Amino acid sequence: MNIAVVEFLGSNCDHDAEQWSLHLAGIRSRMVWFTETDLSWADLVILPGGFSYGDYLRCGAMAARTPVMEAVKDHAARGGLVLGICNGFQILCEVGLLPGALLRNRTLTFLHQEVVLRCETDRSPFTHGVGRGRLLRVPIAHGDGNYFAEPETLKRLNDEDRVAFRYVSPEGRVEEAWNPNGSQEAIAGILSENRRILGMMPHPERASEALLGPEDGALLLRSVLGVLEGV
Amino acid sequence: MKARVHVFLKPQVLDPQGKAVMQALRTLGFSEVESVRQGKFFDIETGPLPPGEKGEERLRAYCRKLLANPVIEDFRVEVLEP
Repeated sequence: MNIAVVEFLGSNCDHDAEQWSLHLAGIRSRMVWFTETDLSWADLVILPGGFSYGDYLRCGAMAARTPVMEAVKDHAARGGLVLGICNGFQILCEVGLLPGALLRNRTLTFLHQEVVLRCETDRSPFTHGVGRGRLLRVPIAHGDGNYFAEPETLKRLNDEDRVAFRYVSPEGRVEEAWNPNGSQEAIAGILSENRRILGMMPHPERASEALLGPEDGALLLRSVLGVLEGV
Repeated sequence: MKARVHVFLKPQVLDPQGKAVMQALRTLGFSEVESVRQGKFFDIETGPLPPGEKGEERLRAYCRKLLANPVIEDFRVEVLEP
């Protein structure tokens, strides 16, 4: 099983992503520079969090135009798995592999806090092992996490069961008070049409070891690794 | 060519920064201010354009490829000097 973790200039969760699979499953990811043009060897490509290219122009805009993203598009076109976390989600939207865009938080502030997510679908390699309706405690750390899409796009995402995670109250209800950044319909993560690309603002890789707090993020990695092992 | 390209949020996209600026203006006593929308502009200078290419079309291509995100932003291009 081959995992690629892409490093852009300004990525800062690349090694968190690397440690994630190493500690949970003993799998050593291959760190891939943004200049790489071939990812045909990879089963799973992780676009990590950070502030690639200083968020110049728009968050994710410059990273979306680097050579490696052509390789990521090829990988996606082959039906490969892609996970974009935080800045990785922003990049996936900029490059058009996921619909919508991430705007400035409605608070106008950088938010770093634990949130409660509700898993909205088990129909994806990433959420199959998490389970629909399950609540996860994971951190967020972003300034631009306010998910926006046109009404017809939102309708499609809902109709096609492609909302992966929503921000909810500790009881598991969608309430504006528990929507930290103002995302439409409290959306925290979405899936591609073929359900093999997941973009999410919260950081599951930072919530996977008991020593550091909640371990709920581990469910997501175990889910995707379980699916890959079955292949 | 010398050109200016304006990129701004679509009307249906909320602009919390613009709203904060509006509030600040009102707080400073400019109570007539009812709405502020924040955008950005790019001053661009180029060498000679490829044969047959028109400046405005070229600028629109810059916007579609990089300067604007069509999901959330509109743009307006202006050729200042051909």
